[in-house]
Amino acid sequence: MTALSSSMIYHWLEDVKDPEIPVLSLVDLGVITEVNVEGSDVKIVMTPTFVGCPALDLMKSGITEVLKSKGVEKVDIEVSYRKPWHSDLISDKGRQALKQFGLAPPPSGELFTDLDVLEHVPCPRCNGTDTELKNAFGPTLCRSIHYCNTCHEAFEQFKPL
Amino acid sequence: MNALAIKELLYKIADDQLIIGHRNSEWTGFGPLLEEDIAFSSMAQDKVGQSQALYTILHSMGEQDPDTIAFTRNAAQFHNCIFVELPNGEYDFSLIRHFLYDTAVAFRFEMLSASSFQPLAELSNKIRGELKYHTLHANTWVKQLGSATEESIARLQQSLVYAMPYALGMFEPSAFEQELIADGVFEGEAALREQWIKRIEAIIAQTSLRLPDLRTITAIQGGRVGKHSEHLQPLLDEMSEVFRIDPTAEW
Repeated sequence: MTALSSSMIYHWLEDVKDPEIPVLSLVDLGVITEVNVEGSDVKIVMTPTFVGCPALDLMKSGITEVLKSKGVEKVDIEVSYRKPWHSDLISDKGRQALKQFGLAPPPSGELFTDLDVLEHVPCPRCNGTDTELKNAFGPTLCRSIHYCNTCHEAFEQFKPL
Repeated sequence: MNALAIKELLYKIADDQLIIGHRNSEWTGFGPLLEEDIAFSSMAQDKVGQSQALYTILHSMGEQDPDTIAFTRNAAQFHNCIFVELPNGEYDFSLIRHFLYDTAVAFRFEMLSASSFQPLAELSNKIRGELKYHTLHANTWVKQLGSATEESIARLQQSLVYAMPYALGMFEPSAFEQELIADGVFEGEAALREQWIKRIEAIIAQTSLRLPDLRTITAIQGGRVGKHSEHLQPLLDEMSEVFRIDPTAEW
């Protein structure tokens, strides 16, 4: 086996998806905040999108499973709030994946100075902004519910934070 | 830094979040409309998750693991304020409590994000962002229903008057108040109360509701030192019912 590198680990972690949004990898979601390699041991630092995210344990076991299958002997995962997650950590690739999945990506942090930006979230289907916020809370902690007056359909947004 | 003082602070914040989270979860399936059902259930999940993260800090300071802390203590060992353990009642009371409690807790975590106790500062910085959604929800409905019909205004007003002595109990000072302030861990209950009053006054002023004269109200305290109402133990019995059947079960 060739020597491990952190870029190799990041590449492999592309295979671990968010259990609630199976098109989005943990790397693109931005929850992996540090990867340290020491010989054949790997230490991952990760942080949840929302503190109460129930998918965290599944994410951790997904990471361990994938890295072990690649021959990593010891995987140590630390959950930390030192570098807290915020929605700007979602990569461009991740934002595209969310949109294709039918979830409106969050607006960038610069725009998100006021919760009013939730009122006219662009619809992931038609891109129109004639939309309304129906509920700041949705089926998972990280989603809100909106309605598009053009498509006459409800849609969800990955919430800005 | 005084570890005992920090632990006491962590216990009261975490217990507040766990108990109000449990009360919020009791709206699941019973909300006055589907959207509210989802909102209260979602806030419950946030709050219970946040309490778990706070209990995890306590665990790293030598306390029991989070599940043991949450599910095996009796009422006298809980440090939450009495306000959060009161039954949900009608939606008007739940909404007023949500508004009064979340306004306070949002300020609390904002203050704590500058704490000299690093693990708490980091977690609080994270939690305060999440709580923006909770205060947005509370403010939206208080403003709408507080200026809507005669009935909605009268109901909210009645709940506001009933809730206020309990709400003031949120700021029951700790025995370690001075140490916490001197060590830069927490600015203290009095400072929090002051910010809270300004904020709720500003929101209430945008409605047809009237804030009772706070100088004439005596705060209902005791929760911080384990003196609770008769409502807490039944809540704990229900919350821990499944855990007690098999404490070693894997989920």
